[in-house]
Amino acid sequence: MSQRIAITLNVNGTAYRREVEPRLLLTDFLRHEIGLTGTHVGCEHGVCGACTILWDAAPARACLIFAVQAEGHAIHTVEGLAPAPDQLNPLQQAFQDTHALQCGYCTPGILMTMTAFLAENPAPTEHQVRDALSGNLCRCTGYQHIVDAVLLAAERAR
Amino acid sequence: MKPAPFDWHAPATLAEALALKAHHGDAARFLAGGQSLVPAMNFRVSQPAMLVDLNRVAGLDGIAWDADGTLSIGAMTRYRSIERDAAIAARQPLLIEALAEVAHPQIRTRGTLGGNLAHADPASEMPAVMLALGARFRLASSSGGREVAAADFFIAPLTTVLAEDEMLAEIRIPPLPSRSGTAFLEVARRRGDYAMLGVAVVVVRDVAGGCREARLAFLSAGPTPVLAPRAAALLRGTALDKKSIADAATMAQQEVEPMGSVQANPGYQRHLAGVLARRALSIAAARSLA
Repeated sequence: MSQRIAITLNVNGTAYRREVEPRLLLTDFLRHEIGLTGTHVGCEHGVCGACTILWDAAPARACLIFAVQAEGHAIHTVEGLAPAPDQLNPLQQAFQDTHALQCGYCTPGILMTMTAFLAENPAPTEHQVRDALSGNLCRCTGYQHIVDAVLLAAERAR
Repeated sequence: MKPAPFDWHAPATLAEALALKAHHGDAARFLAGGQSLVPAMNFRVSQPAMLVDLNRVAGLDGIAWDADGTLSIGAMTRYRSIERDAAIAARQPLLIEALAEVAHPQIRTRGTLGGNLAHADPASEMPAVMLALGARFRLASSSGGREVAAADFFIAPLTTVLAEDEMLAEIRIPPLPSRSGTAFLEVARRRGDYAMLGVAVVVVRDVAGGCREARLAFLSAGPTPVLAPRAAALLRGTALDKKSIADAATMAQQEVEPMGSVQANPGYQRHLAGVLARRALSIAAARSLA
């Protein structure tokens, strides 16, 4: 019989208590245990970036962390970005304004990567944005409009 | 793609972690940052019966400087912490230059220096950097400890001298002498990808400006990170001029043992070894004058 462990995780400021197997990935905890399906599952080996979340304010792959490891850490997902259900935050608004998404599958991971990036680099160059974006794959946009969105969000924040 | 079931232990002390590993041997794996082990488990390439999670062990991470300038980095220190450390940037810039090429920021948030070195991927940047810097590794086990040179640590792809009850606990990097210059270069298909080939170099000048010491270490150039001692020997006593550097780069091409990959055949890797060695040595030589 496999081990089950009771854990309480702090996600977007809310505590969730569940009993899980150690092998449960944080992605699957978020999606299947607490219903936060905004964190997407792409490659499940850390390459595509679709599952990027904030782990104590730093961007990380939720597919490479076991849920049992996340106790005591602050987890933030895309669901925590918007200030209200019918509103977008400034970065999300910039994505809408510049058409920075098409199918949208990669968008939550990119939003979380860029949330952390802009917090550290409020006035980035285009080169810095492209470098920060290198860990997130997008198969629709060709990235140009994503770069535009991040630069626009940074400009509006000034 | 879900990992096979395993038992998970997250001890709070090093002694507990080492005791668990000593008791369970190869059935247990240490879990550090998980950025290589967890993908392997998701693919079920790796199916350990037990994980001894080191993320809650106190005292395994941290950056410290000895009085003699030796840098000690705890095995569980995250890449993210190392790349943001101003003292390392000033005193061991090769580490920082190479870290920028290690995967992506999201991976460096979790990835640890010790986990990466113990994983011993010959395509990885840090093992080659450790050879170039002449690092030493402190290994711990429940029956004691020992120290090994980085050059003696890696023995085959994904294989090190670590015994089944041992852990890589600390990395010790000697200070760079005065009049040193370092450089790191690699060629990858995309930013953050595994390199087709890369090189880390260190050169040290004497007071007259001649080359007193040189080290070249290559990644993706053989079953382990590969040193090029004959190329280094050619550089000693030269003025690190264009011709000496070109001769050393040609020699280094003979010393690498590239195995080829889907992206680059051995001939191309050997070509890259010469080009990157020449460029990196030129950069390091210029920096050693600064």
